[in-house]
Amino acid sequence: MWQAFRNEVFPKGLEVVTVGMDTLGFESCVPFIEAAQPEHPSLIDVNHVMAERFGVVNIPNGIWINEEGIIVRPAEPAYPPGGAAARGALPDELPQRMKDIFTEATKISNDRTLYAEALYDWVENGDSSRFVLSPDEVVNRSASRDMSSARAAAHFALAQHLWNAGDRERAIHHFRESHRLQPENISYKRQAWSLMAPPEAGPFTRFWQGPAEGKEQEWPFESDWLSEIRAMGPENYYPAFRP
Amino acid sequence: MILESLSVSRERFASATGWDMKPEGACLGEICVPVQDGLVDGNVNVEAVANKLGMPIVHDETAGLWSLGTATFAGHALSSATAPELELPDWKGNTFRLSSLHGKKVVIVSWAPY
Repeated sequence: MWQAFRNEVFPKGLEVVTVGMDTLGFESCVPFIEAAQPEHPSLIDVNHVMAERFGVVNIPNGIWINEEGIIVRPAEPAYPPGGAAARGALPDELPQRMKDIFTEATKISNDRTLYAEALYDWVENGDSSRFVLSPDEVVNRSASRDMSSARAAAHFALAQHLWNAGDRERAIHHFRESHRLQPENISYKRQAWSLMAPPEAGPFTRFWQGPAEGKEQEWPFESDWLSEIRAMGPENYYPAFRP
Repeated sequence: MILESLSVSRERFASATGWDMKPEGACLGEICVPVQDGLVDGNVNVEAVANKLGMPIVHDETAGLWSLGTATFAGHALSSATAPELELPDWKGNTFRLSSLHGKKVVIVSWAPY
Protein backbone atom coordinates (compact mmCIF):
# COMPACT_ATOMS: atom_id res chain seq x y z
CA MET A 1 0.00 0.00 0.00
CA TRP A 2 2.99 2.33 0.44
CA GLN A 3 3.68 1.84 -3.28
CA ALA A 4 0.28 3.31 -4.24
CA PHE A 5 0.84 6.33 -1.97
CA ARG A 6 4.34 6.76 -3.35
CA ASN A 7 3.08 6.79 -6.94
CA GLU A 8 0.60 9.47 -6.00
CA VAL A 9 3.01 11.81 -4.20
CA PHE A 10 6.35 11.17 -5.92
CA PRO A 11 5.58 13.80 -8.59
CA LYS A 12 5.06 16.26 -5.73
CA GLY A 13 8.56 15.67 -4.38
CA LEU A 14 8.12 12.96 -1.73
CA GLU A 15 9.96 9.65 -1.80
CA VAL A 16 9.12 6.64 0.35
CA VAL A 17 11.89 4.40 1.68
CA THR A 18 10.83 1.13 3.28
CA VAL A 19 13.15 -0.76 5.63
CA GLY A 20 12.62 -4.40 6.57
CA MET A 21 14.09 -5.00 10.05
CA ASP A 22 14.91 -8.66 10.55
CA THR A 23 17.79 -10.74 11.89
CA LEU A 24 17.08 -13.22 9.09
CA GLY A 25 17.58 -10.47 6.51
CA PHE A 26 17.13 -11.00 2.79
CA GLU A 27 15.85 -14.56 3.11
CA SER A 28 12.79 -13.49 5.05
CA CYS A 29 12.17 -9.97 3.69
CA VAL A 30 12.58 -10.46 -0.06
CA PRO A 31 9.45 -12.59 -0.68
CA PHE A 32 7.31 -9.79 0.78
CA ILE A 33 9.15 -7.14 -1.22
CA GLU A 34 8.88 -9.14 -4.45
CA ALA A 35 5.14 -9.38 -3.91
CA ALA A 36 4.90 -5.59 -3.45
CA GLN A 37 7.19 -4.77 -6.44
CA PRO A 38 8.24 -1.41 -4.99
CA GLU A 39 9.55 1.33 -7.26
CA HIS A 40 10.90 3.18 -4.21
CA PRO A 41 14.04 2.15 -2.30
CA SER A 42 13.29 -0.97 -0.28
CA LEU A 43 16.05 -1.77 2.21
CA ILE A 44 17.07 -4.69 4.40
CA ASP A 45 18.16 -3.94 7.98
CA VAL A 46 19.61 -7.10 9.49
CA ASN A 47 21.18 -5.30 12.45
CA HIS A 48 18.27 -3.05 13.44
CA VAL A 49 20.26 0.04 12.51
CA MET A 50 16.94 1.92 12.47
CA ALA A 51 16.65 1.34 16.22
CA GLU A 52 20.18 2.52 16.86
CA ARG A 53 20.20 5.61 14.63
CA PHE A 54 16.57 6.73 14.79
CA GLY A 55 15.09 5.09 17.92
CA VAL A 56 12.59 2.79 16.21
CA VAL A 57 11.13 0.58 18.97
CA ASN A 58 8.12 -0.93 17.19
CA ILE A 59 6.87 -1.42 13.68
CA PRO A 60 5.35 -0.11 11.50
CA ASN A 61 7.09 3.20 12.14
CA GLY A 62 7.64 6.28 10.03
CA ILE A 63 10.16 9.15 10.08
CA TRP A 64 9.71 12.34 8.06
CA ILE A 65 12.73 14.15 6.63
CA ASN A 66 12.51 17.42 4.71
CA GLU A 67 14.38 18.50 1.56
CA GLU A 68 17.32 19.81 3.62
CA GLY A 69 17.85 16.53 5.42
CA ILE A 70 16.20 17.71 8.64
CA ILE A 71 13.94 15.31 10.52
CA VAL A 72 10.56 16.99 10.97
CA ARG A 73 8.83 14.06 12.68
CA PRO A 74 10.81 11.37 14.53
CA ALA A 75 9.95 7.66 14.65
CA GLU A 76 6.26 7.08 15.40
CA PRO A 77 3.60 4.57 14.33
CA ALA A 78 2.96 4.98 10.60
CA TYR A 79 0.18 3.74 8.36
CA PRO A 80 -0.04 3.84 4.57
CA PRO A 81 -2.84 6.13 3.39
CA GLY A 82 -5.63 4.22 1.73
CA GLY A 83 -7.15 2.32 4.62
CA ALA A 84 -6.63 -1.06 6.18
CA ALA A 85 -7.26 -4.27 4.29
CA ALA A 86 -10.66 -5.73 5.14
CA ARG A 87 -10.46 -8.80 7.39
CA GLY A 88 -12.84 -11.67 6.78
CA ALA A 89 -13.92 -14.39 9.20
CA LEU A 90 -11.10 -16.50 10.58
CA PRO A 91 -10.89 -19.98 9.04
CA ASP A 92 -12.04 -22.75 11.39
CA GLU A 93 -8.89 -24.77 10.79
CA LEU A 94 -6.66 -21.94 12.03
CA PRO A 95 -4.79 -22.97 15.23
CA GLN A 96 -6.38 -21.45 18.34
CA ARG A 97 -3.27 -19.39 19.15
CA MET A 98 -3.38 -17.76 15.70
CA LYS A 99 -7.10 -17.06 16.11
CA ASP A 100 -6.32 -15.39 19.43
CA ILE A 101 -3.49 -13.37 17.89
CA PHE A 102 -5.67 -12.13 15.01
CA THR A 103 -8.48 -11.31 17.45
CA GLU A 104 -6.18 -9.22 19.66
CA ALA A 105 -4.56 -7.59 16.62
CA THR A 106 -7.93 -6.33 15.38
CA LYS A 107 -8.38 -4.53 18.70
CA ILE A 108 -5.14 -2.54 18.38
CA SER A 109 -5.91 1.16 18.29
CA ASN A 110 -4.43 3.21 15.49
CA ASP A 111 -4.65 6.73 14.12
CA ARG A 112 -4.62 5.71 10.47
CA THR A 113 -6.97 8.47 9.30
CA LEU A 114 -5.18 11.28 11.13
CA TYR A 115 -1.79 10.01 10.01
CA ALA A 116 -2.89 10.08 6.36
CA GLU A 117 -4.26 13.59 6.80
CA ALA A 118 -0.96 14.68 8.28
CA LEU A 119 1.07 13.12 5.47
CA TYR A 120 -0.98 14.79 2.73
CA ASP A 121 -0.80 18.09 4.59
CA TRP A 122 2.99 17.85 4.68
CA VAL A 123 3.17 16.94 1.00
CA GLU A 124 1.15 20.04 0.13
CA ASN A 125 2.52 22.55 2.63
CA GLY A 126 6.05 21.36 3.37
CA ASP A 127 7.68 23.04 6.34
CA SER A 128 4.56 25.22 6.79
CA SER A 129 2.50 22.13 7.60
CA ARG A 130 1.03 22.20 11.09
CA PHE A 131 2.34 18.65 11.52
CA VAL A 132 5.99 19.68 11.12
CA LEU A 133 7.81 19.78 14.47
CA SER A 134 10.60 22.10 15.56
CA PRO A 135 14.12 20.60 15.78
CA ASP A 136 13.97 20.67 19.59
CA GLU A 137 10.62 18.88 19.59
CA VAL A 138 11.95 16.27 17.15
CA VAL A 139 14.83 15.46 19.51
CA ASN A 140 12.60 15.49 22.59
CA ARG A 141 10.03 13.18 21.00
CA SER A 142 12.65 10.68 19.81
CA ALA A 143 13.01 7.58 21.99
CA SER A 144 14.67 8.22 25.34
CA ARG A 145 18.15 6.85 25.59
CA ASP A 146 19.67 6.09 28.96
CA MET A 147 22.38 3.62 29.93
CA SER A 148 19.80 0.88 30.40
CA SER A 149 18.38 1.17 26.87
CA ALA A 150 21.88 1.58 25.44
CA ARG A 151 22.99 -1.62 27.20
CA ALA A 152 19.87 -3.28 25.80
CA ALA A 153 21.03 -2.30 22.31
CA ALA A 154 24.46 -3.79 22.99
CA HIS A 155 22.95 -7.08 24.20
CA PHE A 156 20.54 -7.15 21.27
CA ALA A 157 23.42 -6.71 18.80
CA LEU A 158 25.26 -9.61 20.46
CA ALA A 159 22.12 -11.73 20.36
CA GLN A 160 21.67 -11.18 16.65
CA HIS A 161 25.31 -11.80 15.89
CA LEU A 162 25.40 -15.02 17.89
CA TRP A 163 22.06 -16.23 16.50
CA ASN A 164 23.31 -15.87 12.95
CA ALA A 165 26.58 -17.55 13.98
CA GLY A 166 24.61 -20.56 15.25
CA ASP A 167 25.19 -20.03 18.99
CA ARG A 168 21.52 -20.02 19.99
CA GLU A 169 22.06 -20.52 23.71
CA ARG A 170 24.23 -17.41 24.04
CA ALA A 171 21.91 -15.53 21.69
CA ILE A 172 18.89 -16.26 23.89
CA HIS A 173 20.81 -15.06 26.95
CA HIS A 174 21.48 -11.72 25.25
CA PHE A 175 17.93 -11.41 23.86
CA ARG A 176 16.63 -11.86 27.42
CA GLU A 177 18.98 -9.19 28.71
CA SER A 178 17.83 -6.75 26.02
CA HIS A 179 14.19 -7.38 26.99
CA ARG A 180 14.93 -6.91 30.69
CA LEU A 181 16.84 -3.68 30.15
CA GLN A 182 14.41 -2.05 27.71
CA PRO A 183 10.98 -3.62 28.21
CA GLU A 184 9.24 -0.95 26.11
CA ASN A 185 11.17 -2.00 22.99
CA ILE A 186 8.58 -4.21 21.29
CA SER A 187 10.84 -4.80 18.26
CA TYR A 188 13.50 -6.48 20.40
CA LYS A 189 10.88 -8.83 21.80
CA ARG A 190 9.04 -9.59 18.55
CA GLN A 191 12.34 -10.24 16.80
CA ALA A 192 13.42 -12.80 19.40
CA TRP A 193 9.99 -14.42 19.68
CA SER A 194 9.75 -14.76 15.89
CA LEU A 195 12.90 -16.86 15.81
CA MET A 196 11.76 -19.42 18.37
CA ALA A 197 8.54 -20.91 17.05
CA PRO A 198 7.71 -24.41 18.33
CA PRO A 199 6.94 -27.15 15.76
CA GLU A 200 3.23 -26.67 16.52
CA ALA A 201 3.41 -23.28 14.75
CA GLY A 202 3.42 -25.05 11.38
CA PRO A 203 3.24 -22.49 8.56
CA PHE A 204 2.88 -19.62 11.04
CA THR A 205 6.49 -19.86 12.20
CA ARG A 206 7.30 -16.14 12.35
CA PHE A 207 3.89 -15.09 13.66
CA TRP A 208 3.40 -17.62 16.45
CA GLN A 209 5.54 -15.55 18.82
CA GLY A 210 5.15 -17.72 21.88
CA PRO A 211 5.08 -21.24 23.35
CA ALA A 212 2.96 -24.17 22.24
CA GLU A 213 -0.02 -24.85 24.52
CA GLY A 214 1.03 -27.03 27.43
CA LYS A 215 4.72 -26.47 26.72
CA GLU A 216 5.09 -23.07 28.35
CA GLN A 217 8.05 -24.29 30.42
CA GLU A 218 10.03 -24.79 27.21
CA TRP A 219 9.63 -21.14 26.15
CA PRO A 220 12.88 -19.32 26.94
CA PHE A 221 11.48 -15.80 27.32
CA GLU A 222 9.65 -13.99 30.10
CA SER A 223 6.73 -13.09 27.88
CA ASP A 224 5.23 -13.67 24.43
CA TRP A 225 3.13 -11.61 22.03
CA LEU A 226 -0.29 -12.70 23.28
CA SER A 227 0.58 -12.36 26.96
CA GLU A 228 2.20 -9.00 26.32
CA ILE A 229 -0.66 -7.42 24.41
CA ARG A 230 -3.24 -8.74 26.89
CA ALA A 231 -1.22 -7.29 29.76
CA MET A 232 -0.71 -3.86 28.20
CA GLY A 233 -4.12 -3.70 26.51
CA PRO A 234 -4.38 -3.54 22.70
CA GLU A 235 -5.38 0.13 22.97
CA ASN A 236 -1.90 0.86 24.32
CA TYR A 237 0.09 -1.14 21.77
CA TYR A 238 0.83 1.95 19.69
CA PRO A 239 1.10 5.43 21.18
CA ALA A 240 -1.51 7.87 19.90
CA PHE A 241 -0.53 10.20 17.06
CA ARG A 242 0.40 13.60 18.51
CA PRO A 243 -0.01 16.39 15.95
CA MET B 1 28.49 -2.64 17.02
CA ILE B 2 30.18 -6.03 17.46
CA LEU B 3 33.91 -5.94 18.15
CA GLU B 4 36.65 -8.52 18.32
CA SER B 5 38.94 -5.95 19.94
CA LEU B 6 38.58 -2.49 21.49
CA SER B 7 40.75 -0.92 18.80
CA VAL B 8 39.16 -0.60 15.35
CA SER B 9 39.71 1.37 12.18
CA ARG B 10 38.18 4.82 11.93
CA GLU B 11 36.24 3.79 8.82
CA ARG B 12 34.67 0.75 10.44
CA PHE B 13 33.74 2.69 13.55
CA ALA B 14 32.12 5.46 11.51
CA SER B 15 30.21 3.01 9.33
CA ALA B 16 28.86 1.06 12.33
CA THR B 17 28.08 3.92 14.71
CA GLY B 18 27.76 7.03 12.55
CA TRP B 19 30.47 8.71 14.71
CA ASP B 20 33.52 9.82 12.75
CA MET B 21 36.78 10.55 14.54
CA LYS B 22 38.09 13.93 13.41
CA PRO B 23 40.79 16.26 14.82
CA GLU B 24 38.08 18.09 16.80
CA GLY B 25 36.76 14.85 18.35
CA ALA B 26 34.02 12.30 17.71
CA CYS B 27 31.57 13.85 15.22
CA LEU B 28 28.03 12.96 14.24
CA GLY B 29 26.70 15.43 11.67
CA GLU B 30 27.10 18.90 13.11
CA ILE B 31 27.88 17.67 16.65
CA CYS B 32 31.50 17.09 17.71
CA VAL B 33 32.55 15.88 21.16
CA PRO B 34 36.23 16.25 22.12
CA VAL B 35 37.77 12.90 23.12
CA GLN B 36 41.23 12.70 24.61
CA ASP B 37 43.20 9.78 23.16
CA GLY B 38 40.25 8.95 20.89
CA LEU B 39 42.65 7.85 18.18
CA VAL B 40 45.69 5.72 18.99
CA ASP B 41 48.06 4.78 16.18
CA GLY B 42 45.34 5.75 13.69
CA ASN B 43 42.75 3.43 15.21
CA VAL B 44 39.75 4.33 17.33
CA ASN B 45 40.31 3.81 21.06
CA VAL B 46 36.83 2.42 21.66
CA GLU B 47 36.95 2.61 25.46
CA ALA B 48 37.90 6.30 25.42
CA VAL B 49 35.21 7.23 22.91
CA ALA B 50 32.58 5.08 24.61
CA ASN B 51 33.35 6.67 27.97
CA LYS B 52 32.98 10.18 26.57
CA LEU B 53 29.78 9.51 24.60
CA GLY B 54 28.14 7.37 27.28
CA MET B 55 28.21 4.20 25.21
CA PRO B 56 28.08 1.01 27.34
CA ILE B 57 30.37 -1.86 26.37
CA VAL B 58 29.08 -5.39 26.96
CA HIS B 59 31.63 -8.19 26.94
CA ASP B 60 30.74 -11.79 26.17
CA GLU B 61 33.80 -13.62 27.38
CA THR B 62 32.57 -17.00 26.13
CA ALA B 63 32.10 -15.70 22.62
CA GLY B 64 35.23 -13.53 22.78
CA LEU B 65 33.26 -10.48 21.64
CA TRP B 66 32.43 -6.98 22.80
CA SER B 67 29.31 -5.07 21.86
CA LEU B 68 29.17 -1.30 21.88
CA GLY B 69 25.84 0.21 22.85
CA THR B 70 24.33 3.41 21.55
CA ALA B 71 25.42 6.88 22.71
CA THR B 72 23.47 8.24 25.67
CA PHE B 73 24.98 11.71 26.11
CA ALA B 74 21.98 13.41 24.45
CA GLY B 75 19.39 11.48 26.48
CA HIS B 76 17.45 10.69 23.31
CA ALA B 77 17.91 8.52 20.24
CA LEU B 78 18.38 11.68 18.19
CA SER B 79 21.04 14.13 19.33
CA SER B 80 19.91 16.68 16.72
CA ALA B 81 17.19 16.95 14.08
CA THR B 82 19.72 16.57 11.27
CA ALA B 83 19.08 13.13 9.82
CA PRO B 84 22.03 10.80 10.40
CA GLU B 85 23.39 8.99 7.38
CA LEU B 86 21.73 5.65 6.76
CA GLU B 87 23.59 3.17 4.61
CA LEU B 88 21.87 -0.16 4.00
CA PRO B 89 21.56 -2.66 1.16
CA ASP B 90 18.41 -2.55 -0.92
CA TRP B 91 16.59 -5.78 -1.65
CA LYS B 92 18.65 -6.32 -4.80
CA GLY B 93 21.91 -5.98 -2.87
CA ASN B 94 22.82 -2.46 -4.00
CA THR B 95 24.08 -0.02 -1.37
CA PHE B 96 21.59 2.76 -0.60
CA ARG B 97 22.49 6.01 1.15
CA LEU B 98 19.82 8.26 2.61
CA SER B 99 21.88 11.31 1.60
CA SER B 100 21.21 10.41 -2.05
CA LEU B 101 17.64 11.71 -1.56
CA HIS B 102 18.73 15.19 -0.43
CA GLY B 103 16.37 17.70 -2.05
CA LYS B 104 13.27 15.51 -1.65
CA LYS B 105 10.90 14.97 1.21
CA VAL B 106 11.41 11.45 2.53
CA VAL B 107 9.28 9.13 4.64
CA ILE B 108 11.26 6.19 6.00
CA VAL B 109 8.92 3.37 6.92
CA SER B 110 10.18 0.49 9.06
CA TRP B 111 8.40 -2.86 8.84
CA ALA B 112 9.15 -6.49 9.68
CA PRO B 113 8.09 -9.83 8.17
CA TYR B 114 6.91 -11.19 11.52
